[in-house]
Formats: sequence, C-alpha cells, structure tokens
Amino acid sequence: MYPEYLNESLKAFERTRAKRLELALTGKPVFPPMNADERKDVLSKYHPDFAAGSKRVGRVGPNRGEELTTEVAEILEAHSMIEPKLMDIHLREPDYETDLLIIGGGGAGCWAAITAARNGCKSLIATKLRMGDANTMMSEGGMQAAVSRTDSPTRHFLDAMGGGHFENMPELVKVLTQDGPDVVRDLENLGVVWDKMDDGSMQVLHGGGTSRKRMVSCRDLIGATIMRTLMDEVKNHPDMIAVREFEPAVELILDDKGHCAGAVLYSLDTEQFLTVKAKATVITTGGFGRLHIRGFATTNHYGATGDGLVMAYRAGAKLKFMDSVQYHPTGAVFPEQIAGFLVTEKIRGAGGQPLNKNGELFVFPREPRDVESAAIIRECSPDRNMGVDTYAGRLGVWLDSPIIDMIHGEGYVRHQFPGICRQFDRFGIDIAKQPMLIYPSLHYQNGGVGINERCETNIPGLYVAGEASGGVHGRNRLMGNSVLDYNVFGRRAGQYASEYAKKAKLGKLNVDHVATHAAELAREGIDTDLVSPLILPSYTPEDVKIQQMARLGNIPARHSMLRSRFTPGERKTHL
Amino acid sequence: METKKTNGQEGGKRQRLSTNMVNVFIMGKHHIVPEHATIMRAIEYAGHQIIRGAGCREGFCGACGTIYRLPGDYRMHTGLACTTLVKEGMVLTQVPFVPMLKAVYDIETLKPDVSAIEQVYPQTFRCVACGTCSKACPQGIPVMDYIQAAMRGDVAEVADIAFDCVACGLCALRCPAELIQHEVGILSKRLTGRYLRKESTEVDERLDQVRSGKFEQEYAELMAMDKQTLSKLYYDRDIEP
Repeated sequence: MYPEYLNESLKAFERTRAKRLELALTGKPVFPPMNADERKDVLSKYHPDFAAGSKRVGRVGPNRGEELTTEVAEILEAHSMIEPKLMDIHLREPDYETDLLIIGGGGAGCWAAITAARNGCKSLIATKLRMGDANTMMSEGGMQAAVSRTDSPTRHFLDAMGGGHFENMPELVKVLTQDGPDVVRDLENLGVVWDKMDDGSMQVLHGGGTSRKRMVSCRDLIGATIMRTLMDEVKNHPDMIAVREFEPAVELILDDKGHCAGAVLYSLDTEQFLTVKAKATVITTGGFGRLHIRGFATTNHYGATGDGLVMAYRAGAKLKFMDSVQYHPTGAVFPEQIAGFLVTEKIRGAGGQPLNKNGELFVFPREPRDVESAAIIRECSPDRNMGVDTYAGRLGVWLDSPIIDMIHGEGYVRHQFPGICRQFDRFGIDIAKQPMLIYPSLHYQNGGVGINERCETNIPGLYVAGEASGGVHGRNRLMGNSVLDYNVFGRRAGQYASEYAKKAKLGKLNVDHVATHAAELAREGIDTDLVSPLILPSYTPEDVKIQQMARLGNIPARHSMLRSRFTPGERKTHL
Repeated sequence: METKKTNGQEGGKRQRLSTNMVNVFIMGKHHIVPEHATIMRAIEYAGHQIIRGAGCREGFCGACGTIYRLPGDYRMHTGLACTTLVKEGMVLTQVPFVPMLKAVYDIETLKPDVSAIEQVYPQTFRCVACGTCSKACPQGIPVMDYIQAAMRGDVAEVADIAFDCVACGLCALRCPAELIQHEVGILSKRLTGRYLRKESTEVDERLDQVRSGKFEQEYAELMAMDKQTLSKLYYDRDIEP
C-alpha cells in the first residue's frame, strides 16, 4: 500500500497514461533515444562514476598508478589474512589435491566444473557460502542470445560494443556473441525451461540497448532456473566434482616458476586455513556489490565482496576497467525493507515506462544501463527536482508496470513476473495495478581480472570467468549479457583450464607474493587496519561493533575477519 | 510507541531504545529491534554476523529459512528471514541447514513420466496428502498439489507449480512422510526442459550458421573498424519495433 501523501503523484500518473499507452501501441520509441553527445552529457554530469571522490590512484600492485574505484583501491591495499611463514608445512602437505580448483560456486564455477568433467578432468569447487549463493541465482529478466531470424551474432556484437562505449575487448565480445546460441541449446539439454512460443521457437524481448529482440527468459527467474539446473548437474557427478562449501579461498598459491598452483582456503566453520594444490585454478568469484560503493544499496548477494580481485591482484594479475561501476536503473526504493532490490529490466523490455512525479516520460525506457541510470538520477537531482520522495528520505521515480497488461493483455504481468509480483505483494502492492517506485542500485562490477578468449590471465595456470573478469563489457554492460557471460566464459574456462591441467607440471609451492604485498604496503607507508578479502560485509550496528572490538588481539583486526571493520557508505542505506 | 518491557534488563543498555521498536526472541534470547526490520535485519541489529542463513538476501536462494511462533497463536510459522518482517513477541530461529540426500542420476537415461519419479525419488509415493508442505511453504506454493502431479507422472505440471520454489527445504523438514519435495520439483523442471518442449528450428539454423563460419567475415570487418566508424554504424542502426 502506498501512503496517502503519494496519492496526488499517483493520480497525475494515471492522467497521462491513456496518451502514453497510445504511444506505446504505435511501436515507435515512446521517448526519443539519446544520441552520442546527449549520452556523454548525462553520464559526465550525473553518473556516480564521475562524482568527486569516486576514484583514486592505486598505490601498489600491477595497476599501480592507475585510477581505481575508491572502495576497490581500499581492499587491494589491505592486509592479507594469512601469515606466509606459518603456511610452509601446509604447502608441503596440502589438505586437498585436484586437477582443477574452481573458486566460487555460482554459474561460471558450475559450468567450469561440468565442462572439465566432460573433458575428463577432476575438479574441486571451493565456495564461500553454499553452492549457488551467487549473483547468478538472482538474475531475473533474461539472457541475450542472437537466436531469432531477424537477428545475428554480429548485430549482437555491435549492440554490446556500443553499450560499452566501444571500449570492450572485441575478441571477447566476439566469442560472447558467437557462443550465445550454443549456450541456449546446451542449457536446454540440461533441462532449463525456457519461455517459448507455440512452435518451439524462443520467446525474445528487447532489453536496454538492444536493436533486435534478443532476450530469452524463464519468466522472471532466469537466474534461479539456470543456477538450480547447473547445481543439480554438478551434484550428479560426485566422482568428478568435489564441493567444499563455507570454505572461501583467501590467497592464491604459486609455484617456483610463478605458475598458479592452487589456493589457501579459510573454513568459516572451523576457522582453519586449508591448502589446495591444483594443476590449474579458475576464479569465478563474481562481483563486489556488497562493498556498497558510494553508499549505494545493492542488488547483489551477501558474499559479493570482490574477493577474487584481491587474491588475483596480490598474485600479480592485472585488472581491467576497475574504475567503473554499474548501477542498475531500477532498484526498488519503496517500501524501505526492499530498498535496493532488483526490479528486472524485463519490465521495461515488456513496455514498462519510467515516469517522474508528474507522470511524465523523461527518458527512452531502454537506453543502455549507465545512461538510463544517469537520466533517473538527473530527474531526481535538485537540477530538475522531479523525483518522488519516500518517508525514509529516499528519492525515486515511478515505473509503470500496469501498462504492460494494457499492452499485452490482462494476466501477462502475473505470469511473466511471478518473482517481482511476490516481492511487492508482501507489502500490499499489486504491480499489475500499481506502479513501483525505483532508483538506481549498485549492480555489477563492469571490470575485473583481464582475460583473453580462453579465459587465461597473465599468470599461467590462472583462469577467470564471469563477473570477476574484465574486458567483455568495457565500462558498461547491457542487460542479459552477464547471464550470457558466465555461461560462455564458464564453459570456456572449464575447457581450456582442463586442457592446461592435463599437461601442467607443478614445482615447489609458495605464497611469497603475500609477503611481497606486505612489504609493498610498508614501503608505500600505507597505514590500514583493513584485512581482505572481506569475505562478508558487516551490518552490525556501530555500538555493538565497538564492544566487539575490545577483543584482545584485535589490532589491526587481523583475526576478526568475520567482524570486518569495513563499514562502507552510510549505514542507513543497508536497512 | 512505548515498548513493553519484559522481565529484567537482559538486553543491557540497548533495552532503553523505545520508539518504533518491538520485542523479539532470537533463539530464545530477548532483543529489542526496529519494528520495520526484516527478520534478517533484526538478527544483524542484535549483533550477530550471519554465516549460515543468508544468501541472496532478496528471496531467491532459500538460504534463510526461518521458523517462528507468535504470542497467542499455537501455530509454527515459516518464512524467509530476508523478506519476512518481525512482529511483536516473535520467537524465532533460522534453520541453517536442511539434511537432504539429493539423488545422483543421469538425465539422459530418464523418461519424463512417473518412472523417473519412481526411480529417482521413490519416497514421493509415501505422501499421505496431509498438506503440511503447502502450509510450510514460505513462497505460498501449493506444494502438495505438485507432489500429487508427480505421483501421476505429470512432470510438466510439477514444473509449472514449482517454478518459483526457492528450495529452502522447509516443506521437507515438516513432512511427516519424509519426502524431499523441492528436489522432486527440480528433477521435474529439468525433465520438462529436456524432453517436453518443442525444439526450436531457429536455434538449429543459427547453430549451423555459426558452425559453418557464416559470420566470420562480418566479425573480421567489425573488429577491424576504428572507433569512429563503428560508432557511426551503431548510432545509425535500425531498431526492431
């Protein structure tokens, strides 16, 4: 139920609807899409990446001297969780040995394990929380794949390059778009229930920045559907794939030739450090939404703390595009309990319209995400002051979802968006009858560890796939390309890493790079009590935290990872 | 709102906070938490760092299954901690893990009918149709209906009803006949996707085109273009209505 004070705005919004519906039914854009100059203007003035203090120069490691997102620089310039000298015996006698170590049990990690198993290679998946506790599980709207006759993989290539402002690495975008149709078929063979037309062809919709209808979907639960299918398949191969849950990796292990040789895991249950010796290692740890960059609420899962970046960076891997962050245009802002939750872009793909407090259109509903977000922030900014205020002091704009039923027929919203409906039903808002209030929410790590089309990094034996990697999307990803990304590159990582593992010969294991990192922090005079990887964000209130910090040996918080002192942004944003 | 004080001051200093707060009992221990908090937020407000019992935090992953009782109500309620709001007097615990034996099977050797259910999850037929699973479901899914469909071998019906199951396992935990409902749901969805949908000839054609290298030339041209030419091509492209 919306509070009374919003009634006036809701009425304004209903008054404009007839005209907007008429416009939508013509099939022409309901608002003029921006040209290159307009995009540049709104981004530079309103996108959070361009705000003062959003970036700073990195002081240590392979990207030293380059601009990085401030919160990323913080975790890269933090202490390691381990004391390298104390790891010797565990390096000589590892706790686990495997062909392939996969760090992270989301979509890319599961795919890497499945593909490796198909290739006759055994793997161990080490994951921070449970299998499938990953951003993969949460994707709603769809996956881009050029399957329809009006479309082609090269068109998809052009759309993705344009969305990324032509900075994406073309060879990565090529394999992304070219492998798409095969991913659709592969997933169907594993049992993913796609939305289909009566003749068996895939149902396709538009997403932001697509020039052809290319979004394939599973109602509004594509992530949960794919994730549960992949997890189930992983668990059907216990002879080939071992799984360790609640054992996140905290540092990589190298051998004396500088090749990646496994990782140190930290058991969240027993607080032990465990070593894995592996012929090849794949990082599929996902993104960093839980850093709450610039104090934004996030759509991401609990464990999205950018751990893979930290580990890979300390071992010498080069990062790409780590100065840019994706804010999803439509995060929920009302009610307060679901602030930041994802409202799928498929709503706009199906005809949903963002509207200001007077019920007016102010942006083409399907601009690329960074542009759409910046336009919404502009509408709510003091410059325009056309946002809607919530009682909790948040600003937002309306997202007209009832219009979707008017376009496609009654019942469409309920059938196509069961997840979002349920989310709002809990608070007495029927999105088939009433609009949602939305504002951009921290969503995606555009950059990551640099890879090539074989998912190789600059460290031999280290592979990265999915959100943890950088280069595929440049500085802005289009909707549905991350679901495609983890499928395409997860499969590729499994393939190429298992080929490598078959031939790899490991030398003596070490974690000397961790000591080097500590020396570098000291040399640069970096004084921090932050320990990374963060593993989990802390939502403990300050007063409680202060009393926890009295624990002896807590300086500088080296042994209190689970009570991380990292308090990003304003606390009220997490409520 | 004046918060009712319970016996003693066991919440310590924080007990004094009084506006818009409610009393909850987390694993029996009294805490005063904001009335608009979700259960997950309340647990964190009380000072816990959740390790097992939080995943996506948005109602998709099923990591945070929670059981609770309310004053003056004999029933055991279920909910997801991330999306259920606290209530005055709530006595709650999260269920950190649900013991479960997922069957190992090869989807390529199964048929999408009752034989698959018999073979993979034979305990399904122990169902006594009591409806406890449906009552336990925090998603409001009529779980018993899909179990009945599974017993008839109608896996497509199971897939449809169980589509937004989050696999929290609370149904299985409450089931007096010891079924694993949510795993039956996942199996049925996979069988439906694998066997009961019409294949797309469009996808077949596209796969043939990709494999035969039809797009290689065009990719090579696009990849050789400078940023300006590519940009022009992009902004001039037509958009399908």
